[in-house]
Amino acid sequence: MTPEQARAMLETTLREIVPDADLSTLAPGADLRSTFELDSLDFVELVDKLSTRAGFRIEEDDADGLRSVEAVTQFLVTRSGHVGQQA
Amino acid sequence: MGDFRMPSLGADMEQGTLLEWLVKPGDTVHRGDIVAVVDTAKSAVEVECFDDGVIDALLVAPGQVVPVGAVLARLEGSAAATGPPSTGLPGVSPVAAAPALLQTPERIVGQTPQLALPSVTPIAPSPLVRHRAHELGIDLAAVHATGADGVVHRRDIEELAHAGPTRTRVSPLARRLAEANGIDLGAVSGTGAGGAIRADDIRQAMAAPATGGATERTTSGLDADQRATAMRNSIAALMSRSKREIPHYYLSTTVDLQRTSEWMRERNRELPVGERLVPSAALLLAAARAAREVPELNGHWVDGAFRPAADVDLGLILSLRSGGLLVPVLTAADTLDISQVMALMRDLTRRARTGRLRGSELSQPSISVSNLGDQGVESVIGVIYPPQVALIGFGAVIPRPWAVDGLLGIRPLVTVTLAADHRATDAAIGARLLKTIDRILQTPEET
Repeated sequence: MTPEQARAMLETTLREIVPDADLSTLAPGADLRSTFELDSLDFVELVDKLSTRAGFRIEEDDADGLRSVEAVTQFLVTRSGHVGQQA
Repeated sequence: MGDFRMPSLGADMEQGTLLEWLVKPGDTVHRGDIVAVVDTAKSAVEVECFDDGVIDALLVAPGQVVPVGAVLARLEGSAAATGPPSTGLPGVSPVAAAPALLQTPERIVGQTPQLALPSVTPIAPSPLVRHRAHELGIDLAAVHATGADGVVHRRDIEELAHAGPTRTRVSPLARRLAEANGIDLGAVSGTGAGGAIRADDIRQAMAAPATGGATERTTSGLDADQRATAMRNSIAALMSRSKREIPHYYLSTTVDLQRTSEWMRERNRELPVGERLVPSAALLLAAARAAREVPELNGHWVDGAFRPAADVDLGLILSLRSGGLLVPVLTAADTLDISQVMALMRDLTRRARTGRLRGSELSQPSISVSNLGDQGVESVIGVIYPPQVALIGFGAVIPRPWAVDGLLGIRPLVTVTLAADHRATDAAIGARLLKTIDRILQTPEET
């Protein structure tokens, strides 16, 4: 997965929870939870949907780190790379 | 014969607007079936029926405002006239099937009209009329009868059909599709004869960019601004009454969530990602079980005396994205396990935000919880919802320095507060509740 694909995946997923979410004007390090007013239930849903899309389980320890666009993109790129190598 | 009455959907509700019937005369209904949608000004609510029986007559037309307790429909074949009990509705009952979808055999109609009954629909329309109404997508309850006998005749329906789309007509399949997919019928433009909404129109709306889901439903007589105003007024009235009548006392304590967090983390490794537990679920369950152990705080102040509640029906105070609050209830919450609390919390939150709560879910809680953890504040000192006598508040779970066995450690801490009615209890009882919550959260494996 390229960084662009990862970013697009996050945006698509986020829009299922916050219909008008727009990442284009968002700073890479901005906090997703506070920017889009996600509560803990929304965040579980976001991680669940990302996990389904990406095709691998996102453990809670990793999920805790998914705070910003930058963090999510990096995580998805790295993890999908690992999965690719294993396959 | 039983009556289906306008239920009380919250302590502050005095009247409601019938928005929509989901059943028609002749339909067989069961206890727990959703039979109508009622607007309480704060929210559109799906209302269940409390009896088994056959709908004899719909006495109130969509759009009509009636007081709580007013008879909305007559039921036949039910054991007794049982309206909703005054201090709370029955628990969340499993809904077997949407009654509107049931095609029941046509009941024999036109029986002896009952004298001394309200004259809104004294005699059921003929099968032919009902068939024609169905074809034209017209709700018979909304048809004005012109006949001297007060019965809706075919000409009344034809007239309404030709009168144009003063009332949006919707095909039954379209209505079903819209309901199943959370599509707002008010936002769909019909392409059928006379502007009727057809199934294709709904499918089109489903394909269009999602406005449903996370947004709030607006299928009601009120627009968003009116609803926000009504919600504000309702909160203003209830909270003013609370502060006027209830002598509050407040207690607060800090709870170490280390054990609960570790235990949940362990559980979460085995759970599907979408079913992971969040700390709020543990906090709610602890509150419910503590209320069971301290029954003096679980109930209502009515006519100058405390009346303990039989169950712990935990009110979950939810803030809506568009502003305002709704308080759905977790019935007999102390008897649930943590996964059930988690699932209920997720379900109620989602449906509260999309305006799809059921009547039984808005019945009077026995005690309420305000969880402001996600708003990032340390603590919330609540205002009690009368006639309840206590409100438990949870702040954010934050890692902080904490003395453990004489050493300084970093622990996930939460501030738990209690606002309680001093007429019903003194602080010693309140302290017992907070200490019980702490104890429960130190032994998560027992949940």
